[in-house]
Amino acid sequence: MKKTLIGSGLALALVLGGCAQPPSASPSAGGSNTPAPGATPSDFLACMVSDNGGFDDKSFNETSHKGLTDAKTQLLIKTKEVQSTTNADYAPNVQNMIDAKCDVIVTVGFKIADVTLAAAKKNPDTKFAIVDAAYTDPKTGKNTAPANLKGLLFNSAEPSYLAGYAAASLSQSGKVGTFGGAKIPSVTSFMSGYAQGVEKYNQDKGKNVQVVGWNTKSKDGTFIPSGNFDDVAGGKNVSTQLVNQGVDVIMPVAGPAGEGALQVAQGSGGKVAAVWVDTDGYVSQPKYKAAIATSVGKAMDVAVFDAIKAAKDDQFTNEPYTGTIANKGVYLAPFHDYDAKVSAETKSELDKLQADIASGAIKVEA
Amino acid sequence: MPEPQTTRGSFWERHGRSWAVTAMSIVLALLVGAIVMIVSDPEVVTQYAYLFTAPQLPLGASWAKVSSAYSALFFGAVGSPYALAMTTAQAAPLICAGLGVGLGFRAGLFNIGAQGQAVIAAILAAWVGFALPMPPVLHLVVAVLAGLVGGAVWGGIVGFLKARTGAHEVIVTIMMNYIATGILAWLLTTDAFLRPGSRDPISPPVEPTAIFPAFYGQFHLGFVVALLAAALTWWLIERSTIGFAIRAVGANPRAAATAGMSVGRITIVTMVLSGLLAGLAGTQFALGPGGQGVPTPLSAGLVGTVGFDAITVALLGRSSPIGIVFAGLLFGGLHSGGLAMQSMAGTPVTMAMLLQALIVLFVAAPGLVSAITPYLRAPKNKSLVGGQA
Repeated sequence: MKKTLIGSGLALALVLGGCAQPPSASPSAGGSNTPAPGATPSDFLACMVSDNGGFDDKSFNETSHKGLTDAKTQLLIKTKEVQSTTNADYAPNVQNMIDAKCDVIVTVGFKIADVTLAAAKKNPDTKFAIVDAAYTDPKTGKNTAPANLKGLLFNSAEPSYLAGYAAASLSQSGKVGTFGGAKIPSVTSFMSGYAQGVEKYNQDKGKNVQVVGWNTKSKDGTFIPSGNFDDVAGGKNVSTQLVNQGVDVIMPVAGPAGEGALQVAQGSGGKVAAVWVDTDGYVSQPKYKAAIATSVGKAMDVAVFDAIKAAKDDQFTNEPYTGTIANKGVYLAPFHDYDAKVSAETKSELDKLQADIASGAIKVEA
Repeated sequence: MPEPQTTRGSFWERHGRSWAVTAMSIVLALLVGAIVMIVSDPEVVTQYAYLFTAPQLPLGASWAKVSSAYSALFFGAVGSPYALAMTTAQAAPLICAGLGVGLGFRAGLFNIGAQGQAVIAAILAAWVGFALPMPPVLHLVVAVLAGLVGGAVWGGIVGFLKARTGAHEVIVTIMMNYIATGILAWLLTTDAFLRPGSRDPISPPVEPTAIFPAFYGQFHLGFVVALLAAALTWWLIERSTIGFAIRAVGANPRAAATAGMSVGRITIVTMVLSGLLAGLAGTQFALGPGGQGVPTPLSAGLVGTVGFDAITVALLGRSSPIGIVFAGLLFGGLHSGGLAMQSMAGTPVTMAMLLQALIVLFVAAPGLVSAITPYLRAPKNKSLVGGQA
């Protein structure tokens, strides 16, 4: 009885929906794509391998993946992508991409560094780029990557310095906070830059804004106890503790778990503001845009796009790329809704600091 | 799984039906997977508007989609010697951890802690592998033993707590998983586990002397070890005194106690052995040769979700060592085929996971399978996890 009901329902749906006439000529492929002027469709094949976070990690895999899709639509090239679920997947995934005859293979994350290096040495005709890793001799600091492998790094301390300065200027309570997802360099560099920016504000303004969650001397700070970048509840707990200590600007450096800080800021009725990281949170976390004062961005998508474009245009080098304020590979996002709350004075000071960082007059330690 | 031992009934009733249900589950999972693939691709779905005017369009698009995905799955799993080698490498840890979980089931223990046991084992095996230089052969043996001891201790703690305090093994193993993951995260911030001059949470690569030697492609000694472990586990359960006691406790702990067996001691022994086997899975990850000729260094996520996949492998294999070997090979093949499905057919990796989940769903719900295929209707009152969990 049930089966016949389901069957007749299905048949009905097909009868109702299945009577359209196919278009006589198939429309050309593409839709809202906006190819770069002068781009012609090409058989160039760009491929990407994620680390075990997957392309939907709201963090570096996702941003890097946007670089691949941008390249597809703007350069009119072909793309392939594979996700890894365990570390043991990296080698077979990279090998599958080599077998698929990719022209350039972008791997995402330092965990794939060994496999990428070995594959690049074995396949000198394929170009490789890796996000968040580079190959340097620990003693001399020289680039050791083979000619077909480019490392893509990001100096996130520089824009975090600007964010720290802005946060200190926004703080009413005289306390700003930060916390990380885990104590790893790609996280602590944000926190370190942020604290240095606050110090700069104190020096220039004769103020004493405190940083809770990062100690510049011991190079240690507050992290989510679970060390899990998906632990939103943990991020919320840590944020609540920071607020209880009087903090009114929080910068979470914890990937998706940072949403906990946005929830706390959103729920504070405008008392607490958040600084998002990796992407412009006003755009990527629209639910919380009212609580986001600014963001510290890493333009991984641009770096990946540029690496793919260079490979396509035969301008690929093994020179490691480091995103900086100077080359706009990292940036302080606009203030958006907070624009009116940031004084014109602070804005001009930030412009000056940005120029000084770009010129090298100010050095920010990671 | 301890099936009611009846002297009556044909061989078909005792074994054939359960194998047929398993095979049917795989077929049904592939069918449902095909439907999901068709519905989830907007390009194919839009073609269904022409079902009656130009049926070749939707049916052709569906066929192209499904056949390309499944042929990639097949090719990636068993389509070439290289793919077969890859499948054995993927299956080895699943078999080991599956044996561990399955052994627990036989004693009525639900070991959800294979994950943590594998993590601890991977830490110790990798550490011996990169920090203690030794001559070849000896290095590998010591590294494997270190991993086994780690897994056995991690499982043994749970058995001890259960036997002495009555703490439920499900709760304790889940907690031990968190602790193991936390220990790994912490160790990867210490100088002893990091590469010189780097703060990235990743260990130095394991020395070549401690790596399972590869015979062909990814087919390596670790898979042979996994098969040996399966044979030993079979002997242990079916032929040894301790295995008899394990099965007796699993069937009815009170009766076993009345018969003079120490339920507490059997619980501890079972958890030690279960942890040891899960630990062997951890060493497979830490000491496997990897592709591209480089071992996979110790870092978060090294063992993936092997402890949880092992539960499904043990269920699918119905807790028998031979069944677990086949279930492990099936899931290993689905995994390596799933990777190929991504690169060759552009099907997301989640599709392979969906197939695994569907197979387990159908196996765990024999009633569902027999409702669809009435001639496989199974006798009632059969539980999948034996004994008292």
